[in-house]
Amino acid sequence: MTDWPILSTITFLPLLGALFIMLVRGDEATIANNSRAVALWTTVVTLFLSIFMVAQFDGSTADFQFTERVSWLGGGIDYAMGVDGISVLFVLLTTALMPICILASWTSISHRVREYMVAFLVLETLMIGVFCAMDLVLFYLFFEGGLIPMFLIIGVWGGARRIYASFKFFLYTLIGSVLMLLAILAMYWQADTTFIPALTEIGFDANMQTWLWLAFFASFAVKMPMWPVHTWLPDAHVEAPTAGSVILAGVLLKMGGYGFLRFSLPMFPIASDMFAPMVFALSAIAIVYTSLVAFAQEDMKKLIAYSSVAHMGFVTMGLFTATVQGVQGAVFQMLSHGWISGALFLCVGVIYDRMHTREIAAYGGLVNRMPIYAAVFLLFTMANVGLPGTSGFVGEFLTIIGAFQVSTWTALFAASGVIFSAVYALSLYRRVSLGRIEHEGLEQISDMNRREIFIIAPLAVATILFGVWPMPILDVTASSVEALVSNYQEALAAHYSGLSGY
Amino acid sequence: MYHAIVFFPLVGAIIAGLFGRIIGHRRSELLTSGLLVASAVLSCVAFIDVGMNNHTATVNVLSWIHSGTLNVDWVLRIDTLTAVMLVVVNGVSALVHIYSIGYMSHDPGRSRFFAYLSLFTFMMLMLVTADNFVQLFFGWEGVGLASYLLIGFWFKKPSANAAAMKAFVVNRVGDFGLILGMAAIYFTVGSLQFDEVFAAADALAQGQFDFLGWTLPTLTTICLLLFMGAMGKSAQFMLHTWLPDAMEGPTPVSALIHAATMVTAGVFLVARCSPLFELSPTASAVVICVGAITAFFAATVGLVQNDIKRVIAYSTCSQLGYMFVALGVGAYQVAMFHLFTHAFFKALLFLGAGSVIHAMQDEQDMRKMGGLRQLVPTTWFMMLIGTLALTGFPLTAGFFSKDAIIEAAFAAHAGPHMFGFVLLVVAALFTSFYSWRLMFMTFYGQPRCSTETLSHVHESPPVMLVPLLVLALGALGTGLAFSGSFIGDGQATFWGASIFTGPDNHVLHDLHNVPLWVKLAPLVMMLTGFATAWVMYIRSPQWPAQIATQNDLLYKFLLNKWYIDELYHFIFVRPVAWLARVFWKGGDGYVIDGFGPNGIAANVLRVTQRFVGLQTGFVYHYAFVMLVGVAGFVSWFMLAGGH
Repeated sequence: MTDWPILSTITFLPLLGALFIMLVRGDEATIANNSRAVALWTTVVTLFLSIFMVAQFDGSTADFQFTERVSWLGGGIDYAMGVDGISVLFVLLTTALMPICILASWTSISHRVREYMVAFLVLETLMIGVFCAMDLVLFYLFFEGGLIPMFLIIGVWGGARRIYASFKFFLYTLIGSVLMLLAILAMYWQADTTFIPALTEIGFDANMQTWLWLAFFASFAVKMPMWPVHTWLPDAHVEAPTAGSVILAGVLLKMGGYGFLRFSLPMFPIASDMFAPMVFALSAIAIVYTSLVAFAQEDMKKLIAYSSVAHMGFVTMGLFTATVQGVQGAVFQMLSHGWISGALFLCVGVIYDRMHTREIAAYGGLVNRMPIYAAVFLLFTMANVGLPGTSGFVGEFLTIIGAFQVSTWTALFAASGVIFSAVYALSLYRRVSLGRIEHEGLEQISDMNRREIFIIAPLAVATILFGVWPMPILDVTASSVEALVSNYQEALAAHYSGLSGY
Repeated sequence: MYHAIVFFPLVGAIIAGLFGRIIGHRRSELLTSGLLVASAVLSCVAFIDVGMNNHTATVNVLSWIHSGTLNVDWVLRIDTLTAVMLVVVNGVSALVHIYSIGYMSHDPGRSRFFAYLSLFTFMMLMLVTADNFVQLFFGWEGVGLASYLLIGFWFKKPSANAAAMKAFVVNRVGDFGLILGMAAIYFTVGSLQFDEVFAAADALAQGQFDFLGWTLPTLTTICLLLFMGAMGKSAQFMLHTWLPDAMEGPTPVSALIHAATMVTAGVFLVARCSPLFELSPTASAVVICVGAITAFFAATVGLVQNDIKRVIAYSTCSQLGYMFVALGVGAYQVAMFHLFTHAFFKALLFLGAGSVIHAMQDEQDMRKMGGLRQLVPTTWFMMLIGTLALTGFPLTAGFFSKDAIIEAAFAAHAGPHMFGFVLLVVAALFTSFYSWRLMFMTFYGQPRCSTETLSHVHESPPVMLVPLLVLALGALGTGLAFSGSFIGDGQATFWGASIFTGPDNHVLHDLHNVPLWVKLAPLVMMLTGFATAWVMYIRSPQWPAQIATQNDLLYKFLLNKWYIDELYHFIFVRPVAWLARVFWKGGDGYVIDGFGPNGIAANVLRVTQRFVGLQTGFVYHYAFVMLVGVAGFVSWFMLAGGH
């Protein structure tokens, strides 16, 4: 089994499923049904494979595992795959959210079902590829390729302003990508290889690090998204279909954070250290500013989208503290936000499918008719607020602990997020769920059906399980994060002792 | 055994919460109440075992968060301090569960109610059995969640939903301090485990660290941050505004959460951290001041409230202030003693008030009561006992604990203890007045309700009266029975290592040797308060209205709770809502999108349109441009080539 290229299998299996779907023939209903079934089976098999892979994963080492490397474009550019403690769980997060997305689109997507499923499966391949790639060029292909299916999902199956939203999404991310491509070229000229572990060890000189860091930052900051390049996210979420929002919030946003972890921190430690105050400032603004903006929203999805930006503020803050707690907290926060925000968007989807509006004011008193829904929604609202005992707490707490060691001001603003998140999340819950039913059309609204409960139950379990017992995640990430942090600190120490030697 | 004490309520909560609709209301009630009674009995066993025989224990449950050098585990720590809280929490909770079977008997959401009650109890138990700050924080936030759910239990009432949210958010303001406090502790000590942190207290007291650009004394900063959390949870002045509103919840909830247990979590936190606070005179001084101001402030507001539950709520707020003064002057044991006795008589008063409200068909306004003594004699008698205990009638529980606080405030040497002493004595007068005012307005004089309501007034069923009886016994007897071990000669062996007092701290000894006038002061205040209330509400019932109109400004000031809610609305709520819109519409919409994507898109469009305009389709236009271009190139080559 050791020679079996399991990562490539996991990565390209969805693509195979997509090809298979394209071969489906028959009338429209047959195509739709078969596409759904194939997509579901493909994603489920991929999920099981990745569970198998994670079970085999050795958390005690910081090295890349399940590595594959074959010559590809020549000149030091290889097809190289591998996962370490930082990336392995993102693969699992992706494969776990995909079947949920397929099921969530089961009935709500009724036109162009085949193309929809193909887009999702292609997207899955690209997302897994991002987290498995050990070669910079390969990473770039997956990273930017992910844009296309997402662009289509929003643009074709989205809401009324989908064209505007998808172009905004595209425009923002494209600017970042161009700069990143330039940076990749520069790195290649310097290093003659794009193999990530080799690039990590090379140690670019301080001046070059600055430019490379900025170029990568442009791309990752947009993906995160960080303030002030976040405004594409609310629009993209609002217009995206439910499953699109789930995958956008659940996985795509994590690529920015993952990029910081894989490139900015290990390859450009001096620049990271230099720019850390700026990142802290942007993170603090993200937490306070977007929390306030979230409070003012009238559209449920926009509110949750803004809250995502605030939560990603904790991630960027934690990452650039370059402390074990900060980085581990950031990784945990990304994973946890993956299923919590995914679940929140599913919650919105449940009532959107019934009422076809996302306007908060159109709801109220749902608990009277939908007790199960109200309970589920409350659970995820509390997880979003970061209540201890839910997974939302662990990441926030660790990042604040990490930030305090580096910058008390940042920790102060981050901790104030605790208050603001309670304000916007509880006010959303109150306006949607509590009170009497007063709006027309809600009198007959039905509670969650079995499919919906089945979809959201795993997310609820993950939220509580990893809130009470986060050790499985922390154990897997520990070695890699500790290695990352110690390498980072060593590089800084070497740099500054070198400087003082002059 | 300790597992059972802590996890029985959780089991009850899960079963009643998830399967309540399947197993039915009756079984949910019986199951949760039964488990709670079992837990309460075991707690008493633990109390005797730990308190009397000093068998402290720690029980490992599960590892929780390990990251780098940060290790946080789920551990149950049972020492005397915890054992006292176990008895209070499980005892009152079990009684409240039983009482609620009667009180909530007509409510369609009963099993949900009992699930919440049990969930609350579990969270509170996690709080008091915590062995590290993070687990304490888990319980701390967990009780906040349960409180949110229970205040908003009647979710159809907009006022209840608003109150629930307010409680959660105001508590979170305190939690903000607590989180920063924890981060500061980890930063300076490298651990969040109680024993390790307390062992480092001396070093912290010497140390300084950089916080927000200032160099501050470490220990004082940490203590003040932790105290901010305590202020939120224990509804101290400035962060008290949620507690009166929390009375929107069902009355048993008020008795359990907002009188006996959750609101005392802040007191527990400071007592638990006695090794830290003991070494920080500055932080202790702040605790005294905040406590004294709260005791005084809440008592003044309590004087004029007309809602029976709100009077008791402000009374709770005020009594918590007493406890904090005791903590501040270093008499942690006295504070815990008052916490203990207060739990009995305040729960008794709330449940008694609930019995009255139940009898009056959910009427809470005391102006519409009166003359109920003959109609609900048992309730009246129980309330009487509660009132005597609260006002400190000799030999009742409050007499021992509350007077000890006043004496401790006098006997202490450090900090603004006399400030505390004076305010507490005045507050004692007010306490007596508002308590008797409540009794007189509710049970004496002529009935002021409609005859229709009056005809339905009935005594509560035994399931509600028996818990009252048990609490009444506690309110009468606990002071006499336990003052020896809590604050008397036996205190050192009783508390063991669970409370730390410095070598120079002789408050517990000195408070027994205060001058006679100090000992008599609370008694005089009690009698004066009683007499004033009697004059104003029995002998000359027209006086209160006259005094109110003569001192209109003062009356309005007190009736509107010193206008603090209005102030907060003005300085926090409205600006935040305004800022939120400005950031959204102005920041995101106008600035970022305007200059960012939309601006770029618009500019691209404008530029391309210009280019479109050039393409006129006339050949001579193109020829002309070409000619100009060629001429330009030629001249450039000639000039450049010349060099």
